[in-house]
Amino acid sequence: MNTLYQAKKIITMNPARPHVTHVAVRDGMILGAGTLEELAGWGEYTLDERFVDKTIMPGFVEGHSHAMEGALWAFTYVGFFDRMDPNGKVWSGVKSIPEVIARLKTTEARLPIDAPLPGWSLDPIYYDNERVTREHLDQVSTTRPIGLLHASGHIINVNSKTLALAGLLRTGIDNPGIPLGEDGLPTAELKGPEVMALATVHVGFSQDFLSCDEVGLINFSKLCVRAGVTTATDLAARLPETIVSMMQDVTSRDDYPARIVPLIFHSGIAPKDLIARAIAIKPQSTDKLRLGKIKIVTDGSIQGFSARMRAPGYYNGAPNGLWYISPEHLHEILTACLKHDLQVHIHTNGDEATELLIDTMDKGLLKQPAPDHRFTIQHCQLADNAQLRRIAKLGLCVNFFANHHFYWGDEHYQLTVGPERALRMNACATALKLNIPIAIHSDAPVTPLGPLFTAWCAVNRLTASGRIQGEAERIAVSDALYAITLGAAYTLKLDGEVGSIETGKRADLAILEDDPETIGADKLNDVRVWGTMLGGKVFAANTL
Amino acid sequence: MTNLNTIPVTVIGGYLGSGKTTLVNHLLRNASGKRLAIMVNEFGELPIDEDLIEAEGDELISLTGGCVCCSFGSDLIEAMTKLAQLNPQPHHVILEASGVALPGSIASTLSLLSDFSIDGVVVLTDAETVRARANDKFMADTILRQLSDADIILLNKTDLVSAEQLIDTRNWLMSVANGAQVVNTRNAAVSPAIVLHDFAWSKESESQPLAEHRECFETHSLPMHEAVDPALFIESLLSAYPQLIRAKGFVKDLKDNLKTLQIVGKRATVSDAPQGVKTGLVVIQRLEPRTGPAEKTDE
Repeated sequence: MNTLYQAKKIITMNPARPHVTHVAVRDGMILGAGTLEELAGWGEYTLDERFVDKTIMPGFVEGHSHAMEGALWAFTYVGFFDRMDPNGKVWSGVKSIPEVIARLKTTEARLPIDAPLPGWSLDPIYYDNERVTREHLDQVSTTRPIGLLHASGHIINVNSKTLALAGLLRTGIDNPGIPLGEDGLPTAELKGPEVMALATVHVGFSQDFLSCDEVGLINFSKLCVRAGVTTATDLAARLPETIVSMMQDVTSRDDYPARIVPLIFHSGIAPKDLIARAIAIKPQSTDKLRLGKIKIVTDGSIQGFSARMRAPGYYNGAPNGLWYISPEHLHEILTACLKHDLQVHIHTNGDEATELLIDTMDKGLLKQPAPDHRFTIQHCQLADNAQLRRIAKLGLCVNFFANHHFYWGDEHYQLTVGPERALRMNACATALKLNIPIAIHSDAPVTPLGPLFTAWCAVNRLTASGRIQGEAERIAVSDALYAITLGAAYTLKLDGEVGSIETGKRADLAILEDDPETIGADKLNDVRVWGTMLGGKVFAANTL
Repeated sequence: MTNLNTIPVTVIGGYLGSGKTTLVNHLLRNASGKRLAIMVNEFGELPIDEDLIEAEGDELISLTGGCVCCSFGSDLIEAMTKLAQLNPQPHHVILEASGVALPGSIASTLSLLSDFSIDGVVVLTDAETVRARANDKFMADTILRQLSDADIILLNKTDLVSAEQLIDTRNWLMSVANGAQVVNTRNAAVSPAIVLHDFAWSKESESQPLAEHRECFETHSLPMHEAVDPALFIESLLSAYPQLIRAKGFVKDLKDNLKTLQIVGKRATVSDAPQGVKTGLVVIQRLEPRTGPAEKTDE
């Protein structure tokens, strides 16, 4: 029996038929999108009128996210901006350091004695860069270890108890990642992954905790439904047997509302083992768990000053950042993947990292041509036009970090890269003119999962302080909507299955209360999500 | 701060192909009964010769002579914490940093762990390629930072360059080295005394060649009866012994407190001495080869 759904408007993303009122679904597949009469031709049907006043789009595809956001919500949210948790509760943003302390005290009251108090998404740049110190956090508790992960993921703020447990509550420390106060003791800001690791274990953030467990994966899928997302990446996963089994088990459940695409992270595995692992797990893919892609991280982040920059480097004179892979290993992995038909996504933030990637792909493709490799540069925030032209010639895709302008746009303008480069960061418009296939992303949990907000960012390019940053790189609403559906699907080689509402594709839908095509470009982020359909099964956000 | 209850760590850095793996195997073969723990990024390109491996586990590989090899993946702190809990504890840890890592940063982080102390940062360079690498489009500043992180630089693969090139390269290295001592080597065959703390002080080391070919060292003993200002004394020591590789001993400071002094290349640490030790300092200095500065083997 077919089910026909009627909507106020269905935006199909099919250029042959962009707007219809009905869609027919059978066994998780779309039979067609059109008028009631046309779809009746597929056979007996029931008409489902739940969505008669809704706008339907293809289920959104998030091409760069981390399932870890599901795990983080177990901790106390202390971000500056309002943010919705997996259960639909909107946590109000915390607007000052006293408010941070107040929120922590509320959580603290409910914890067992001396249990650690982890928090996440702290961002002191919004407190006029006043640093959070151990004295601040000691006001919450001096007996339980407290640790607040910054939004960027690069810094953690702790209290005196945590410092003591880590053996760091002493004078005489001389380490660039551990700033000291006037008393010669650490202020308790710990910067950079190695130094952070000294404290994270004491505050409830063990390495394993942050990669996804079952509860985290389920919570992540709830966030997907609330954001209208039906396919999402877990873009830097360690995928040992146990985790793969867990993910297969969880995603195969009928009520699991998302398709997850985990990529194996290169760090900590030798190149040949990485390739072997990808080849081995690819055949273990299921409909809702797509395995076999690889993720490489070449450098760090711009706001953390660990991105690799070409001359003239950082605007404020900070030294150049860090390489996380050698050119030799990058070459080895890319050429092996071209040969074995494994898709690779490569993080580059600084333009020097992008340059290395372009050079390496250039050489690799000469040895091993691959006309449809679709290797995707993730972030690619500082590519200039010359680099984008090379990227176009090499058949690379780019998934831009459009959300960055809102959260760190002012910081980039004033501090990290300076006005001129800030204006052209995440050059979506230029890329489109050059016919580079693009997508746009949140990198959840770095910024919240929400393709409509990401689209709003790419269309408006507004910073948190309300300035427009880079008018020339704004894109049209239609291009942004394409980027969060077919554009992202293309970067995952899933464009044949998802991303548009057409005959033969999976019945994955985003069901919206408002119409993104008519609400106004400046209000895209106000479009409300009712829920999703994944493979024909409906998930309402309010009954999760 | 070095103290006697900590396990010494040597961080070995240097670009791919500079000979880090060869050095590690060489040290394992010359461990003389000391339990070495080798820390590597990942086991995949295992830098251990087959014949040295006794048993392979997921996280730890047992090697001959009670040595072990562990991978730290992306969680160095956790791996080091587990290492400190091994029974019996290793005598010395050798951490082989990746080719693009900054060994100084790694050393700086590890020095925050109370179970460990940094013995030194040793950076290897390939005599044939190091200058080109220091001009590489992408790697130049990383290479130079590695070199300036070093306490001791091994100018390796000297057999692959001519005598003139070697002198040139050595001079250039010393100009960028930021005070590190430069030791010429072939096949990374350097005396363990240079790289490993405990070795420098055993009787055997006094008559060992520093490196396989031509490089030698001599040992001096200074009784240190007079009290000194440790910081000023270190300065004058380094002037008096410009080719100082290692120094260790106990001195009395101006307040009559006993202090432990340790120097590895340019890294000097002063800490409280244990009770009841006698003053005295041993200095190991590199000797210029008798037939002239830095020459390679004649065939």
